[in-house]
Amino acid sequence: MIAPGTEVKVKLDWPELRGPCHIRTPHYLRGAKGVVERHLGRFANPEDLAFMRPAAILNLYHVRFAVAELWPDGHANDSVVVELFEPWLETA
Amino acid sequence: MSAPLDLLEADSDRLLVAVTRLLTEKGILSHADIAEQIASSDAANPALGAAMVARAWTDPDYRALMLRDGTAAAEAMGIAMHGKPPLGVLENTADTHHLVCCTLCSCYPKAILGYPPFWFKSAAFRTRAVRDPRGVLADWGTVLPDSVKLRVVDSTADYRRMVLPLRPAGTEGWDAARLAALVREGDMIGVTIPSA
Repeated sequence: MIAPGTEVKVKLDWPELRGPCHIRTPHYLRGAKGVVERHLGRFANPEDLAFMRPAAILNLYHVRFAVAELWPDGHANDSVVVELFEPWLETA
Repeated sequence: MSAPLDLLEADSDRLLVAVTRLLTEKGILSHADIAEQIASSDAANPALGAAMVARAWTDPDYRALMLRDGTAAAEAMGIAMHGKPPLGVLENTADTHHLVCCTLCSCYPKAILGYPPFWFKSAAFRTRAVRDPRGVLADWGTVLPDSVKLRVVDSTADYRRMVLPLRPAGTEGWDAARLAALVREGDMIGVTIPSA
């Protein structure tokens, strides 16, 4: 499990280029750096559920990203908080 | 025999009839189950969420429960949550404001707030909420001081989110019913702020 406060990087991966898939990690966060806020529980992997495949149960986290790091003109006090599954998160 | 349906091309009415027939003929769902689900979806509306907000403003124990476990707080108000996605409640404070969006689709706490407003599902809102959130709020007439932290919560996975707004000034001594009447749908999404 990833501890709150841990800096993470979202995988810079594009499964969409490899064939049909159902990905719940938004494009705008691929490769972005954020901070884990907390563990939200364990949930079935939607990437498998969408195709009725047996789904692994994965850790889900709330991860915070500074809007100013995502976009050049972001406000310093703005952040985006997103639910991301553990396999998408790389720790340094 | 009619031609097989192509899922991506089919007229939605024909697709609905075909899927309904398959589900009922295979005994997975009955027509009564479907009617009951539609009735329960149609019955949910923002007044349910407003009642939760008003109770949280007047009952500290309920407020603590709502922030710890939104699903349990909804159930405590008689809202059926079984089989529904968990509810996460975002607490606005004097220095932090929340805005809910779903950039991937239109995830929304339907059991609590009813069907999402049309704009919540629009590409314009979904893209701009994470790209220029203060601009979105300004369109609604909501201007946050620069010092206030704005947290945009993008519902990408299993939780559904609602905002617990700040109780407006000038409502001291009001009961929960009177407070609930102040709370609008947009206040619980975070595009607006309730006022007395």
